[in-house]
Amino acid sequence: MDNELIVRLENVTKRFPAGKTEFTALSNINLTFGKGEFAGLVGPSGSGKTTLLNIIGSLDTPTEGKAIVLGKDINSLSHKEAAALRNYGIGFIFQTYNLLPVYSVYDNVEFALLLQTMGSTQRKKAVMEALDWVGLADRASSRPSTLSGGECQRVAIARAMVKRPQLVLADEPSANLDSNNSHNIVQMMKRLNKELNTTFIFSTHDQKVMQYLERVISLKDGKVESDETGRNNYAGI
Amino acid sequence: MLEYKLAFRNLFGAGLRTWLNVTVLSIAFVIIIFYNGMLDGWNRQARNDTKAWECGSGQIWHHLYDPYDQFSIIDAHAKVPSEYKPDIDRDLITPVLIVQATAYPGGRLVNVLLKGITPSQAILELPTAILGPRSDSSYADGYIPAIIGTRMAQSARLKKGDNILVRWRDVNGTFDALEITVASIYKTNVPTIDNGQIWIPLEKLREMTSMPEEATYMVMGSAYKEILNAQGDDKHLQVWIYKDEKALFKELDDVIAAKKGGSKIIYGLLLAIALLAIFDTQVLSIFRRQKEIGTYIALGMTRLRVVSIFTIEGSAHSLLAILLGSIWGIPLLMLIQRTGIPMPSSADQAGLAIGDSISPFYSAGMILSTILLVVISSTIVSYLPTRRISKMKPTDALRGKMI
Repeated sequence: MDNELIVRLENVTKRFPAGKTEFTALSNINLTFGKGEFAGLVGPSGSGKTTLLNIIGSLDTPTEGKAIVLGKDINSLSHKEAAALRNYGIGFIFQTYNLLPVYSVYDNVEFALLLQTMGSTQRKKAVMEALDWVGLADRASSRPSTLSGGECQRVAIARAMVKRPQLVLADEPSANLDSNNSHNIVQMMKRLNKELNTTFIFSTHDQKVMQYLERVISLKDGKVESDETGRNNYAGI
Repeated sequence: MLEYKLAFRNLFGAGLRTWLNVTVLSIAFVIIIFYNGMLDGWNRQARNDTKAWECGSGQIWHHLYDPYDQFSIIDAHAKVPSEYKPDIDRDLITPVLIVQATAYPGGRLVNVLLKGITPSQAILELPTAILGPRSDSSYADGYIPAIIGTRMAQSARLKKGDNILVRWRDVNGTFDALEITVASIYKTNVPTIDNGQIWIPLEKLREMTSMPEEATYMVMGSAYKEILNAQGDDKHLQVWIYKDEKALFKELDDVIAAKKGGSKIIYGLLLAIALLAIFDTQVLSIFRRQKEIGTYIALGMTRLRVVSIFTIEGSAHSLLAILLGSIWGIPLLMLIQRTGIPMPSSADQAGLAIGDSISPFYSAGMILSTILLVVISSTIVSYLPTRRISKMKPTDALRGKMI
């Protein structure tokens, strides 16, 4: 595998059954993402952003074409192999945070590591470090229900980052946040991107997020409309 | 291990819903143990009483004797083999002679069985000592003592000291009659040695019926059984048939088995209600927690592990129910065991030994099998709804569109 190449999509097409016909969500997508990229998939609802993220995240498979993520062909992975890929290589950040409600902040972040073979001391250190990154070390014992939306998303970021994945997929991470929180969250991710050299791929149609992206891929009707690279409006972050 | 940790965290996190299910299941659990304990307690009490009052440690029957066929009694008698005489003299075995008769208490006519038994016997708990003669030698003064049970006394309206005329046929078929005196009325839980029966001295009955040295059956004491077990029976039985405890308790065992079958329906229903609550919770859980399931998978958990978490979560209800059931059930069941459950006087109409009260008996085997039943059945009903998880698409689960 090319050390710099994290994701390679070749003619990826995804169709879903829609009654007696089929709906094409993605059509012949050809993209690559390198290590340390801070890229976004933008486009209106139904343009295929989430579908593409799901394929990259090995939660779904392409109907046609090839998706190589961290050197693994998504099509050829078994359930167990796909789970291992997500467990060790990919972090997820969701629009609705998807925190486990009965767990504390600490437990939620620790969960990602419980699936790995890591000693408890090392795990505790990693969790507290991740909570430090997002500024929530003092809320470690709180339940998600007591946190604000911005704090919940910061916990989700800590959970995604705690295992130091090579790739983080964020699906509309700011959609449920106000303007201030949106800026804070994206700035935080950008900082982690720089510090840890983690590849971030967003799906968003939020202008506040877009202005931070170094690469913007526009999707429309399941096709790549444009792929604008070399952007870095906030290099000082 | 992670699955157990997560399952219990989720279970406790679910709060009231968990405890409602656990409470219902604990009630079913305790009631099942109570029901089984009652039947086992009745079984033990009936066995002990029947053994002590009627069966002894085994019996040797005349081959024509059938306690359920009145016609067999006329011919079911023979001389006791001489080999048994030393054992009878040592009270290791006691012979009983049965003769059909008619009693006339208060001028009414009652069909009875006259049963002759040795007054000095100590194998059965019947208070036969009172049947001994007034003088050392005989019943020559015409006094024939008899003992009857409370049921017989009640149905024939007899009381201690009453004289009753009884009529019987001797071995030659000749009718004869005599007056006997109720010397004592005994109370027993075993109706089969009470209803319609009058116990008189064996030698007197033999004399009355011209059946010297004869018996219908012989009751073995525990000491004789030990000898029998150690040495075997080398006596030539001829017309006599050995009946072990298994044969003698067959009817009781059959009734207990039938009762247990009936009670299984009741506690099966109780268990079904409790399991339905768990099943319902599981279905609801999977429906409500689709995003959580999707998140587990997205974070790198295999579907099999997610299925395990939900199955353990469901079946853990049974473990908590056992714990909760133990907390409130053990003191309650022990109290019931100590005080017993009072039984109505009509309860022994079925002809089986039932005491005034039954104390449940909880054996370790019964408790263990109940625990296994509850745990296994709750695991099955917990697993069934989770199969849906293994077929789901994680992308649908994350969007909450699995179902």
